[in-house]
Amino acid sequence: MATVNPRPKPNPKLPRQALPLLEPEKRSRSFEEVALGFTEDQVKIEALRCLQCQKPTCIDACPLHIDIKRFILRLAEGDYQGAHDVISEQSPFPGVCGRVCQHELFCEDACIVAKKWDPVAIGSLERFAADHARLRKPELHSEVVSQPGGPKVALVGSGPASLIAAYDLIRKGYQVSVFEALHKLGGVLAYGIPNFRLPRTILHEEIARLQRLGVEFFTDFIVGKTATLDDLFEEGYQAIFIGTGAGLPFLMGIPGENLVGVYTANEYLTRINLMEAYKFPEADTPVRVGKITYVIGGGNSAMDAARWSKRFGSDTSIMFRRGRAELRARLEEIEHAEEEGVKFHFLAVPVALHGDEHGHLKEMECIEMELGEPDESGRPRPVPKPGSNFRTPVDTVVMAIGQAPNPTLQKAVPQLITKRGKIVVNEEGATNLPNVFAGGDVVRGGSTVILAMRDGRAAADAIDKVLRGEGQ
Amino acid sequence: MNRIVAKRALAPQITMFEIEAPRLARRWRPGQFLILRPTSDSERIPLTFVDGNAARGTITIAVQAIGATTTQLSRLEPGDSIADLVGPLGEAAVMPKDSRVVVLGGGVGVAELLPVARAYRQAGNHVTALCGARSDSYRILDDELKTAVDVLEWATDDGTFGFHGNVVQMLLAKYKPGDFSEGHVIGPIPMMKAAAEATREWGLHLHASLNPVMIDGTGMCGGCRVTVGGQVMFACVDGPEFDAHKTDFDELARRNRAYRSQEQESLERHTCRIGLGSTNAD
Repeated sequence: MATVNPRPKPNPKLPRQALPLLEPEKRSRSFEEVALGFTEDQVKIEALRCLQCQKPTCIDACPLHIDIKRFILRLAEGDYQGAHDVISEQSPFPGVCGRVCQHELFCEDACIVAKKWDPVAIGSLERFAADHARLRKPELHSEVVSQPGGPKVALVGSGPASLIAAYDLIRKGYQVSVFEALHKLGGVLAYGIPNFRLPRTILHEEIARLQRLGVEFFTDFIVGKTATLDDLFEEGYQAIFIGTGAGLPFLMGIPGENLVGVYTANEYLTRINLMEAYKFPEADTPVRVGKITYVIGGGNSAMDAARWSKRFGSDTSIMFRRGRAELRARLEEIEHAEEEGVKFHFLAVPVALHGDEHGHLKEMECIEMELGEPDESGRPRPVPKPGSNFRTPVDTVVMAIGQAPNPTLQKAVPQLITKRGKIVVNEEGATNLPNVFAGGDVVRGGSTVILAMRDGRAAADAIDKVLRGEGQ
Repeated sequence: MNRIVAKRALAPQITMFEIEAPRLARRWRPGQFLILRPTSDSERIPLTFVDGNAARGTITIAVQAIGATTTQLSRLEPGDSIADLVGPLGEAAVMPKDSRVVVLGGGVGVAELLPVARAYRQAGNHVTALCGARSDSYRILDDELKTAVDVLEWATDDGTFGFHGNVVQMLLAKYKPGDFSEGHVIGPIPMMKAAAEATREWGLHLHASLNPVMIDGTGMCGGCRVTVGGQVMFACVDGPEFDAHKTDFDELARRNRAYRSQEQESLERHTCRIGLGSTNAD
C-alpha cells in the first residue's frame, strides 16, 4: 500500500510522462488495447507536475467540470481510490473518458503548466485513477443500490449523452430508464470505437455502476418504432431526453459505391466492434477485408477503420482530399495509425469505383487535389487538378466521410422541429415539445463523446428544473 | 422476453413461430419487418411479419433454414426465448383502395405475403394471390390464404399441384395487361426480378418487398442500400417496399451474395456443432 504523504511539493519541470504503448509490431495482428496506462512511478512524477493552481482553469475547461486539481492531489498523495472518488463526484466514466476524451482540446489545453512546459497529462492520470479503482479495489463494486422514488424519466439511446444524464438524474432521485435500439449498451462507444482504444470490459463495468445505482436499461427498444414518445408519456414518464446520435452515414455519391467491398465506416465498424466480426467464425457476423484497403476521410472514424484493416492483415491506406495538417482526427490516433503502418495518400479523392463481373470492387479511379482558398470550415478548400485522374487496385473501400443524425425518431414525431435532420433545442436542451429534451450528435451532427456528455448533463439539469416545477 | 409460444412446421425447412412480444404485437403493420438474433452470438437477421395479435401479445414469423442463423432459429422450441428481437422496422405496405390487386409470393415469401394480401382486401381491394412452391408438399398456409384473398392460385415447379411452372409464368399464362392496377411481390430475388420484367408494360404499380443484408435496421449502417430509379436508398428506413419496376435486382442479388463463402463456413460450423446434417437432409 502506498503511504499517504500530506503535502507533496509540485515540480512542473519534470518531463511530461509518455503513455506506454503496446509495440507497433505486436499490434498488427492483435486486438488488444494499444495504450497500456501509466505505471505507479509515472503517476508519482506526473501528479507532481500539477501546480495545484489557486484558480484552476482546467476545471472550467472540462465539459464535466471534474475537480481535476483535487483528484491529481489525491494521486500525488498516493490515495488512488480517493482520486477515483473525486472524479466520481462529477463522472462515473473515468475509464471511458480517460481513453476517448480529447483532453488536449479541453483541460490540458487550459493547463497553466503548458505556458512554460508541456501540460500535465490529465487524461492519462484520469485513466490511471479509473483503472486502479477497477482492477484493485473490488469494494467499488459494492456501491449502494438505491431505490429511487421520484418521477420517471426516459432517456432514448444509451450513448454518452444519455449515460451521463442517467448518472445525474438517478442521484437526484429520479426513476431513470434508458432505451437502446441495439442489443448492446453504449451507443457509439459500443459500435463505433474499437476495442483496441476502449476495451469493452471497461465500458461494461462503468455502465454496470449505473445499473447498481438503480438505472434501468432496455435493449432492443427503438423509441419511435417499438413505442412512441406519447406511449412513454402515457406509461408515466414525465420527461424524455433524446440522445439518439448521428447514425446516418453520408455516401460519396460516385459510380460504383454499391459494389461488394464498399462499406460505410458505420457498417464496417459495427460489424467488427459491435458484432465482433474479428472473432469470426466464433462470432457469426463476417466482414470482408481484402488485400488492399482504402479508407476515405480524415476523421477519427477513418483512423479507426484503417487501424482495424491493418489488424486484419490488409495493405491499408487512408485517402484524404486535403493535407496532413487538415486531418480532423486526434493527433494521437493519427500517430498510432502511422506507427501501425497505415499509409496516407493526401490530396486525392475517388471519383469512381470499378468492379469485376461479380460486382466485386476491383479498382478505384481518383483525382488529385490542390488546396485553394479557405472554405466555410476555415480549412483550405480542396480543388481537383484537371487531368490528374489515376487508377489504383483496391478490394475494400471504407467511406468515412461523416454522418447526419439518425432520422428514426424524428420521422415518427413529425411535430418535432428539426433543421437538416438535427433536432433544434434551446440553450437548456429543450425541444419545441413540452418535457422533451435532446442533446449529443442528434443535435450537433457529428461531434465528440465529451460534448455529448456535456449536453446530457445540461439536459439532466433542465429536466430536474422542469420536474421540480421551476418552469421551462 | 421473446418467448416462443408456438412452433409449426409449414413445409420441409420452413417453420412458423409465434413469439411473445407485446409491444411489437401492438405496433406492427403489414409489410413491416423485425430483426432478431436467435442466440447472443448470432448475426442480426431481418424477417418480415407474418402476423401479430395485440390481444395475445404475440407476433408471428416464418423462417426458411438456409444459413447458420436461420438454422439456429429453426431449432428453437416452444418455451425457448429468442436472444434479441427488435421492431417493428421499416414502413408499412402502401395500401391501394378500390383496386384490382395481384399479389405474388414464392417459397417462404408466401407467408410474408399473407398479412399484406389480407390488409389489401380489408382496405376494399379485390385481391388475387398467385403463390408458388417447389412441389405440392412445399405449399404453405393454404387455408389462411383462402380466407384472406378473393382468388388463390398455386403454381408448383414440378406440376404436382395447380399450374405447372413458376408464379410469373402463371401470371403470363392466365392474365393480361389491364387485369390489375396494383401488385405486390415478395420472394426470391430472381422471382421478383422476373415479375418486374414481365409486367413492365402492364401499367401496373408493382411493389416489391426487398430483403437485403441488414445489421441495425435503423439507417445507421447503410449495409442495406439498394438502387431504385438510379437513387441509392436504405431498405431498412426507406423501404422495405419499393417500386419493382425501378429496382436494380441484379445489384441486390450481388450484394446479398457478398458473404456467401463466410456463410457457408458458418453453417458448416453450426451443422457440426449441433449435428444438423442428418435432420436437414430430409
